[in-house]
Order: sequence, then C-alpha cells, then structure tokens
Amino acid sequence: MNKLWALKKSIWVYHVSSGSCNNCDIEILDCLTPKFDLERFGILLVGSARHADVILATGAVTRKALPRIKRVYEQMPQPKLVIAVGGCACSGGIFKNGYNIVGPYDKIIPVTAYIPGCPPKPEAIIDGVVKVINSL
Amino acid sequence: MAANIFYFVVFPGFLFTAVVGLLASWVDRKITARIQWRIGPPWYQNFIDFFKLLGKETIIPRGARRTGFLFAPFIGLIGATLVSLILWQMNLDPDRSFMGDVIVLIYLSILPSLAIIIGGSSSANPLGAMGASREMKLILADELPFIMAIFTPLVKIGSIKIGSIVTYQLNYGMMFTHHLSSVIALIVAFLCMQAKLAFVPFDIPEAEQEIMAGPYIEYSGPPLAIFKLTRAMMLFAMPVFLISIFLGGMQINGWATIWSIVKYLVILILIILVKNTNPRLRIDQALKFFWLRMFPLACVGFVLALVGL
Repeated sequence: MNKLWALKKSIWVYHVSSGSCNNCDIEILDCLTPKFDLERFGILLVGSARHADVILATGAVTRKALPRIKRVYEQMPQPKLVIAVGGCACSGGIFKNGYNIVGPYDKIIPVTAYIPGCPPKPEAIIDGVVKVINSL
Repeated sequence: MAANIFYFVVFPGFLFTAVVGLLASWVDRKITARIQWRIGPPWYQNFIDFFKLLGKETIIPRGARRTGFLFAPFIGLIGATLVSLILWQMNLDPDRSFMGDVIVLIYLSILPSLAIIIGGSSSANPLGAMGASREMKLILADELPFIMAIFTPLVKIGSIKIGSIVTYQLNYGMMFTHHLSSVIALIVAFLCMQAKLAFVPFDIPEAEQEIMAGPYIEYSGPPLAIFKLTRAMMLFAMPVFLISIFLGGMQINGWATIWSIVKYLVILILIILVKNTNPRLRIDQALKFFWLRMFPLACVGFVLALVGL
C-alpha cells in the first residue's frame, strides 16, 4: 500500500509507439507543454523503460513491433501499468483488418486503461491518467 | 565515536545533505519550469520520486556484472556524503582542518563520476557503455582547469587547508571581491562545476535525447534512487566547495546564516540559468572548451596569484 502512495504522486511515463500515425504521439507531447504541464502532478516522460511506471502505448500493433512491445513490457520493473492511447491502440481503429496487424494492445499485454479518440485531446489523456491513479 | 557517527549520518553528513540536496533539485525543477512558462512540481516532488523508486523492483540485466552494477551507486553516495561532511566540518570549525584536505576533497568529488563510469560500463548496454566513456572523457576535460582554479586562491594565501582559507576570508574579506586572480579562477571553477554536476551544456554523458539516460539506462528501483540522490547531494556539496574557497565559506550563527544561504542560492540559480539558456555541446567541443579555453584562463589566474594580485 505504501508503494502505491508514492506511485500516485510520481508517475514516470514511457512512450511506446507501434505503427501509429504520430497524431497520438504529438498529443502526448502536448501534455508536457506549458499549457497542460503534467510535471506539476509529478508526471515525467522518461527515456528508458527501466525507469518507467506506466507505458503510454499508441498505434495498432504491427507484426514487426510485436516482439519489441513484449520485450519493453518485460523490461519494466514492478509495479507497472499500461495505458492504451488512441482508437488504434484501444481497438485497432481503421487498421483493424490490416494484413500486418496483430491486434490491439490488450491481446498482447495487460492494459489498465483505454483512452479512445483519434487522436485523444490532451485533456482526455490527463483525465485517463487521473482515473488510473484514482483506481489504484 | 558516537559524535562521529552522528556527524556522518545526520548533520552535516548524509541526512542533512540529502534533504537540502533534494530541495535544491526542486529549486532547479521549479525555476526550469518557470523559465518555460510552466508551473512546475510541488516542493516535496523529489522526496516522493525517491521513495517511489525505493519501492520498485530492482532488475539486473542479463550479461551485466552483478557486483559492479549494484555497488556503483553506493560508491557515489559515499563520495558525495564525505565531500559534504568534510566541507561542513571545516566551515563550522576551521581548527579541525588538516594539511592537504583540499586535495582529499578534489579526489572525493570524483567518486560520483567514477560510480557513473563503473555502473554504466557494467550494465551490459551499448548506450550505457557510451555514456560511461563520455563521462570518462568529460572528467579528463574538466579536472585539469578545475584543479588549477581551486589552487589559485590557495597559492595566494600559501596554505592547502580549507580551514585556513575560511579563516583568512573571515578576517580579510572574500577572495572573490579582493583579488583579480580569484575572480578568474571562480569563473573557470564555476564552468567546471557545471560539467561535474552533468548539467547542460555539459550533460553529454546522460544526454536524454540521444542516448536516453546514458549510464543510468539499465538501472531501476533503489539503485536508480541512490544515483538520483547522489546527483542531488552533489548539487548541494559542489557549490558549498566553491563558496568555501572563493566566497567566504558557510557560517551558522545569527545573520551569517542568512548570508550563507543567500550565497548558496545565488550560485544555484546561476547554475540553473546557465543550464536553461544553453544547448548541449558535443564531447569533442567540451574537450576543446576546457583544454583550449578554460585551461589557459586558469593559467592566467594562477600566474596573477603568483605575482600577488
């Protein structure tokens, strides 16, 4: 319980993109800009999966990215969470029946929360992260 | 014996340095945020980050050298603690100073960098190894002008004891305001300190945008927390080192306390402003900067000190 108390106020985020069209990625970066400023809640974007608490996953998962997604998930230290950002990450979106798509994220790794939208607004991403924190 | 343990663990050793260092890193994050027109984290953010990392899992990557990987953070932590401990002991009670303690301090202040090199190269990650090699080159670059700059005021008063230089400054005023050689030396030492703290423009070893976190890339959980704590403690210890040598030392009695805090804050804010207004250099540019620009400048300061300015 004590672990989660500290985790709630300091969430370090690692950003995984697999076959995303970059729109969701740009919206994730928008969360860090002066207008939204996620750092005031202790949320930081880190460069290594070993430092991260949460994966922000975007894009429908392509066949090529599949082993890498699994590996990044295994590289993260416990406790770890996955948030699927965007329509493609939640359900496959318009790429659902693509020949090289192995399905949305929840077929591969356990997903804690889904943030739909194409792309989701920064407000929606913040709202999703807050809901995850409150559910801990 | 009990007093020594108290000095080491509580004040002015580990606990004091850690708390002030984490607060100083908060000042860094807050001012950086304000410069970028953001709001920035609350004051307890770094403490929460530290406790969160303590509660996370420690992963040792396959192929890593287990002992070196896990011991490296503690080497750095001990180095940072000892630097701060010795400095504060000498500042609070100059009589405890011993012959050559400046040299001891210079050696101890390299320990955190050595820890980064050991940790990065034993983590079995190409980016970690690259960060470690860059850190090595950066030490080679900044040590030479740093030692020259630190020794300039010592040559001026003819003693290599922190205690005697602090007492000299208490009696005759700051080195910085009274001697031209010390002004030059302080500028050089300040820029070298920026490299020792691995802040922009010299954050080449851990360049977040090109080699992720460099030597820290494979660290998770408690070892990463200790690395972060070491960095925070050095952010407190290194400015105090410069203040002791050039700016009259730190005193804790009456109004002198506030004056000491002001001196520390001015140095800290200067570090943060340099950090926020500069791009990152390449490692060869940093080497050229320190060897071809800073070292001649430090030599000029040294010669001026020898002729008595």
